[in-house]
Amino acid sequence: MKIDKNTINKIARLSRIKLDDKESEDYIKDLNHILDWVEQLNEVDTEKVEPLSNISSSILPKREDISNDANSSDEILKNAPDKLEGFFAVPKVVE
Amino acid sequence: MNNLIKGEKHDWEMVIGLEVHAQVKSNSKLFSSSSTKFGSSPNSQVSLVDAAMPGMLPVINKYCVEQAVKSGVGLNAKINNYSVFDRKNYFYADLPQGYQISQYKYPIVGEGKVTIDFKDGTSKDIRIVRLHLEQDAGKSLHDQNPSKTYVDLNRSGVALMEIVSEPDIRTPDEAGLYISKIRSILMYLDTCDGNMQEGSLRADVNISVRKPGDEYGTRCEIKNLNSIKFIKQAINYEAKRQIEILESGGSIEQNTMLFNTSTGKTRPMRNKEEAHDYRYFPDPDLLPLEITEEEIENLKSSIPELPDELKNKFIETYKLSNYDASVLTAEKQTSDYFIESISSDPELKNHAKMVVNWITSELFSLLNKNNFELSNSPVSSKNLGELVKLISSNEISGKIAKDVLEDMFATGKTAREIVDEKGLKQVTDQGEIEKIINEVIEDNPKMVDQYLAGKDKLLGFFVGQAMKKTKGKANPKILNDILKQKLNKEN
Repeated sequence: MKIDKNTINKIARLSRIKLDDKESEDYIKDLNHILDWVEQLNEVDTEKVEPLSNISSSILPKREDISNDANSSDEILKNAPDKLEGFFAVPKVVE
Repeated sequence: MNNLIKGEKHDWEMVIGLEVHAQVKSNSKLFSSSSTKFGSSPNSQVSLVDAAMPGMLPVINKYCVEQAVKSGVGLNAKINNYSVFDRKNYFYADLPQGYQISQYKYPIVGEGKVTIDFKDGTSKDIRIVRLHLEQDAGKSLHDQNPSKTYVDLNRSGVALMEIVSEPDIRTPDEAGLYISKIRSILMYLDTCDGNMQEGSLRADVNISVRKPGDEYGTRCEIKNLNSIKFIKQAINYEAKRQIEILESGGSIEQNTMLFNTSTGKTRPMRNKEEAHDYRYFPDPDLLPLEITEEEIENLKSSIPELPDELKNKFIETYKLSNYDASVLTAEKQTSDYFIESISSDPELKNHAKMVVNWITSELFSLLNKNNFELSNSPVSSKNLGELVKLISSNEISGKIAKDVLEDMFATGKTAREIVDEKGLKQVTDQGEIEKIINEVIEDNPKMVDQYLAGKDKLLGFFVGQAMKKTKGKANPKILNDILKQKLNKEN
């Protein structure tokens, strides 16, 4: 797989990152290096191996359905740059 | 049944599939201990996990998993012993994580089906593709301030079940019946409260049109509809829009649409080119979810009687029609009420159809008119049973029973109390009725002559006069019989 200008622009847009031409060139180079390095793994035959999504052998821990009724509003809004009457206030987003 | 829409050039068929989002009924969220209570003050039920503070880890709610399995069983679906949580990545202000934890390749529940029942007694199966567990997002308020959006994260992280159907639905009515049936099943299972106004149940509708027999056309998806009425309206509008485009030689763009509830129109939200690239991948914070056969069997044994089983039982035990039985079983409180009413007297099971009518037409229309729910009906199931008993045993006429029911509704008294107090008991004494008829005949000699001259319709006049004299209490059958006998004797 090769990263080209289109791919880098798409990744940047999905990540909401603005790149200038110089930065795009640098990322294309860097990402291609990383992919080339990882592609060495293609030499191994994995035909009959299930993809591994987690290296832990334990099972998914579960909790009981108990709710804590603590009012979180002050603590959760503490870092908010802007708020109003218990709401986060953010720049207008309408699709 | 004709499901086709008439176009300018030929007939068109709708092809519809639904994605239903049902909020899991639980105390706490899917991956955190915050409360799921509706209507609390903004951001009061938000844990550090829900707000996606750095370093926080999700821990799954065991009960939500069980609720999803039970729902799967209720949808006659295959429960998967192995499922995986994935990250669905997108940016939005009410999604603090920057991704929704959902299930993509390996959902917890696989293929199933539900049956919908039509008024004419026929039924149809709608196939289910899958049910998976996912997090709900927060709530955004866009219309409070021209330059700001306000965000409440109370709903963020609440467990949802997304139920995806095959495109087996062909009409707006079928779509309505399908979502009603899903709602009914989940409410019997107690896995979702079914409250569409509060958004506990909402749907995305995929719709395309085609010439009957053709391949599927290009579809559009209408997002986030929260009432059956809106679902039907949106489908009708969107189908018409697509047909108009196709008939004028255009082609349908695969768009995501929004439905405006005040104008009744759909408008595009984004098209295929702008479609999200969600970059699903397994969530590294969560191990795969494994459920043993034993756990599934245990959950199965805890499941109550579901609407379809109950429906078949009603048809068999009480000889009800498929449609009557499906109306009774659509909501658990209705079937509970019916069972309590009909069990209040052993005689009533021979008059099941009458019990059904008095519940689903007379009582329901009173409830509707006065903005009551069956759950807080002033007429108890037992009292309604007694009323029907009074009719079926000829103590009062059906006509008077309607007034009695209104009285019961207004005062909370029993049918027996009202009938006794007001002296409404039906006159069944032959002698008494005969006396009244004699009076009527004597009072109206001209009418009698006309009747005898062949004006048969006048029989109604005599019945009316006699009824008036008894204040409606004469048994209509006895009255009619004696009247005919008397008048013919005049000959």
